[in-house]
Order: sequence, then C-alpha cells, then structure tokens
Amino acid sequence: MFSSLLHQVKKFQWPLNQLSLINPNAIVRCVRQDKCGDRRFMKYSALNLLRQAMGGHKDWPRAWRDPEPKDAYDVIIVGGGGHGLATAYYLAKNHGIRNVAVVEKGWLGGGNVGRNTTIVRSNYLLPEELPFYEWSLKLWEGLSQDLNFNVMFSQRGVLNLVHSDAEVDAAVRRGNAMIMHGADAEFLSRDECVKMVPGIDDKNSRFPVYGGLLQPRAGNARHDAVAWGYARGADGYGVDLLQNCEVTGITRDRQGRVVGIETTRGKIRANKVGLAAAGHSGHVAAMAGLRLPIESHKLQAFVTEGLKPLVDTVVTFGHGHFYLSQSDKGGLVFGASLDGYNSYAQRGNLPTVEATIEAAMHLMPSIGRVRLLRHWAGVMDMSMDGSPFICKTPIDGLYLNAGWCYGGFKATPASGWCFAHTIANDEPHAYNAHYTLDRFARGYAVDTKGVGAQPNLH
Amino acid sequence: MRIKCPVCGERPLEEYAYRGDAKVQRPRTHAPDQANAWHDYVYLRDNPKGRQKEHWRHSGGCGAWLVVDRDTYTHEIFSVRLTKAARRRAK
Ligand SMILES: Cc1cc2nc3c(=O)[nH]c(=O)nc-3n(C[C@H](O)[C@H](O)[C@H](O)COP(=O)(O)OP(=O)(O)OC[C@H]3O[C@@H](n4cnc5c(N)ncnc54)[C@H](O)[C@@H]3O)c2cc1C
Ligand SMILES: [Zn+2]
Repeated sequence: MFSSLLHQVKKFQWPLNQLSLINPNAIVRCVRQDKCGDRRFMKYSALNLLRQAMGGHKDWPRAWRDPEPKDAYDVIIVGGGGHGLATAYYLAKNHGIRNVAVVEKGWLGGGNVGRNTTIVRSNYLLPEELPFYEWSLKLWEGLSQDLNFNVMFSQRGVLNLVHSDAEVDAAVRRGNAMIMHGADAEFLSRDECVKMVPGIDDKNSRFPVYGGLLQPRAGNARHDAVAWGYARGADGYGVDLLQNCEVTGITRDRQGRVVGIETTRGKIRANKVGLAAAGHSGHVAAMAGLRLPIESHKLQAFVTEGLKPLVDTVVTFGHGHFYLSQSDKGGLVFGASLDGYNSYAQRGNLPTVEATIEAAMHLMPSIGRVRLLRHWAGVMDMSMDGSPFICKTPIDGLYLNAGWCYGGFKATPASGWCFAHTIANDEPHAYNAHYTLDRFARGYAVDTKGVGAQPNLH
Repeated sequence: MRIKCPVCGERPLEEYAYRGDAKVQRPRTHAPDQANAWHDYVYLRDNPKGRQKEHWRHSGGCGAWLVVDRDTYTHEIFSVRLTKAARRRAK
C-alpha cells in the first residue's frame, strides 16, 4: 500500500503553480498529465488530500463534466451502467478512440450496477467462459490503481457449499477446470467450512454440509465506486457522459447501416453504436428491428440491519439459489433466485422474499432474529443459455453487449475491455469470441447450467 | 401479483409455474427449410416492456395451462383464459 502510494506520488507531475499550496483557487488547475495522453483530472492521492484539507476541501473539482451532446461522435455507447462506462474507458485508453459518448436515460449507475450484490468471482466451468471471467478477475485486481479510484475490491473469498456426494464430485470437477485455466480453487472439508463460517448449520439433516469449493481470490467490491471510477476515467480521456438522455430510436441509412441515434436530447450521429442497456437490451435492440435471444426478468436483493462482524467471506447455499456476505457497514447482504416471470418492474414479489428467508434459515439459523432493512429488484437480461453476448450484430455499425443474467457485475472490466476491442477492431477478442448472437443457430450454445432455452431457470 | 384461474379462482403466485411468451408458434414440421423457424421459435423473443400474452400453468392447483394477458411493467393482468387444449379437455 505504502509503496504504491509512493509510486503514485512519483508519477505525479508537479504543476508549475506549486504555490497552489497557499492559493487554493489554483489547485483546480493542477491536473495530472498521463503518459498515454491528455488525461485530465485531479488525481486522488494522499498529497492532494492534504492540499485540499488545507483549503478546507472547497476546491475539489467535479469528478466528471456534464456536457451538451455534440452533433456527432465516432462511437456512441447506449447505457451508462458498469459495462457501458467501462467500454468507453477502454475505447479511449486501449484503442485511442476518444470521440465517444455514453448515453444514459437516467443517472450514471442507477441501473443494475448500483443494485447488485457485488460478488466478483471466476469459478466457472466451461472453456468458453473461464478465460473471460478469469481475465475479468485479473483486471479487478488492478482496477483501483488503474482508475485512480478506490473500488474497494475485497478478496475475501467465495465459498460454495455442497450438500451431497454428487455435488462434491461436481465441485471438485469445477475446481480442477478452474485450476487448469489459471484460476485458483480449493476444496474445503466440512470441518474447514464450519471453521471458516462459524454460523453455518452443520447439523442440518435435510441439507447437510459435505464441504465447499473456495475461490480465495474472489470477493466483492463497492458497486457505485465501479460506475463512478469508470465514469471519471472515461471523462478524463474526453468521453462525453450524457445523462438524462434516453435513446428513443436508432437511425439507419438506405443500406441499413447505423448512422446515429435519436434521443430525448436530440439526434446524434455516429457510425458505430454499441448497446449496453442490460435489462433493457431487448427494448433498445427492437429500435433497430432486432429480436434477441433474451427475456427480461427481475432479481431481488436484501440487506439487514448492521451487525458486528459475523461473516468475513461470501458463502453460498447449494440448495435454492442463496448467498450471503457482510457489507463494510455491517449489514448482511442476501441474494436469491429470479422472481421467475418476465418483468421490467424494479420491484419484487413476496413469495421470493419468503423463499430467500427460508434458505437463509437453513444455512444460518442464528440470523433468524435479524431484521431486514431493505429489499429491491433489478431487471436482468436473461439469455437463452445463461451466457452473455459481446458481439457484432447482423446490422452494420450496431454492436451488442447484453445477456448478463445475474452475473454481470463481476464481468464489468472484461466486458468493457472486450466490447471496446470488438468495436474498435470490428472483430472479437479470443476472450469473447464465443459470445455471439448466432451461436444458437450454429449449435454452439454456452449453456452454463445445462437447463436449455428457459431463461427463468438459469 | 395474484392470478385468477378460470377453474379455481384467484390464487397466489406460488401455485403457478411460468412458461413464457404465448405468441411464439412451434413450426409444424421438421423439414430442413424450417431450421430458421425452429431457431426463432426456441430462442428469439419480442420481450416487450408492456402487454404480453404468456403461458402459465396452475401446477399447484387444477393443473390447467393458461393464457395470461399481463403488463410486464405494471404487472396488471387484463385477462386469464384456458388454452385451447385445456378448453377442449374440459368439454
Ligand atoms: C439484485 C441483483 C443482484 C446482482 N448480483 C450480482 C452479483 O453478486 N455479481 C455479479 O457479477 N452480478 C450481479 N448482478 C448482475 C449485474 O448487476 C448486472 O449483470 C450488470 O450490472 C449489468 O450491466 P450494467 O452494469 O451495464 O447494467 P446497468 O447498470 O443496468 O446499465 C444499463 C443502463 O442502460 C440504461 N438504459 C436502458 N435503456 C436505455 C435507453 N433507451 N437509453 C439510454 N439508456 C438506457 C439504464 O438506465 C442503465 O443505467 C446482480 C443484479 C441484480 C439486479
Ligand atoms: Zn386452477
């Protein structure tokens, strides 16, 4: 930590107006010159914190601009969630494409990126998905440094409990697949699981704990910070972040090529438009006459009142989709299954609340008297095989990033990285080469869970 | 959300199973020129934000398959009727 701080201080270019220490008004002009160009923002560092403290914290510049839409951009990204913002960031950073706008109908981070339970992991099984998610985890590991924004990535581990002999076999197989792809995995015995998470019910006769698959490098992060960090990073490279700007149409020329979008803030031209609208992907794609292999479903999450430290990892219950972690504020955060029917309502139904609480009581009966503070829902883009799309579409100039189901938060860095690559080069990177729209027609579905084309079962 | 089964009356959600969009039509044959039609039937959905007719089954009740006309944004239910097959069986 200390050495990295020193490193940042060294990279900091002293501005000519060093006297800004005594002249707080001049501080705003103190911007960092990045190696790869004119990335402009005030760096968050111990030094700048000190300087600002001396000025009474009155002169922190805003983290990103609020520009008026220009007439045209090289690339427009629809959706200011994690994936859209990350895409814009990597378009600028990795590919030098900076004449970019991110168009968001509400406010940045008001969608699923701000509603999820923040689990980050790469404990996947299939060869089409492991390299992608492991690359994402690697990007997470350097993200706070890269963005100069603390995303509070906490590698507290994710422990998947298993409850039968068959599940032990499946977990070990998964762990071996992970290790073969360079990820980390350990199988813990029942006793080791109980030691790691003291509250779990090891005497549950219906769902006895047989052991658990642990990924030590997995964990969670602060969701808002991920959106804000990418937003500030992209803005620093000159990307325009257009909020309160809903896309209402996709404009195409006579040949059918995309030439721009229509929004509530006027028409904007661009020859490349990338959709990253998560739960609203089908809705937005329909503006270009595209039907997707996606249904929108809602997923709920829950948080309890704050408690003393109880669980220092993320633990999942193998029966019924349920998982639990403890936030830095002390609240227990629960995630659960989909409500099960198509929905664009960002609110959930009570049967799912009941099922979630039942699962919680099976896993950890000691929390039975803890009160729930809040629960909410987000709209998921559930794909037909449970896997995402990062690809070109049959429409020239239209690119798609969608189908994240309930696992897209962990994917945010790699998703943006791969989508930027696909848009910039007009072809996918090896990491996302399988995530195409035509994989069903070709017979190459990436069926994570093996349940077939029934999105509410993934 | 509660669904009013034409046979059993208004029942809670836990009694129902969801199948999805009732509009998609299963192709009649397996002829090779139907491959695209099969792909569209199995995989592609309109996924509207608004009214949609969809299949539900009263699995925890009478077992009938239903067509429910529902708004996917407000969850308002406009009508619930038995599917053609269920009506035939009832006769
Ligand atoms: C309750 C819950 C728990 C979850 N838990 C996890 C987890 O633990 N781990 C994990 O990896 N994933 C999890 N997820 C999934 C994850 O949050 C999503 O897959 C991911 O955030 C989706 O990508 P995004 O951040 O870009 O989406 P969003 O933040 O939803 O971004 C899409 C944006 O597009 C905008 N938009 C839509 N239509 C338009 C339009 N017409 N014009 C302009 N803008 C538009 C929306 O306003 C929105 O801001 C969870 C999701 C939910 C709801
Ligand atoms: Zn009935």
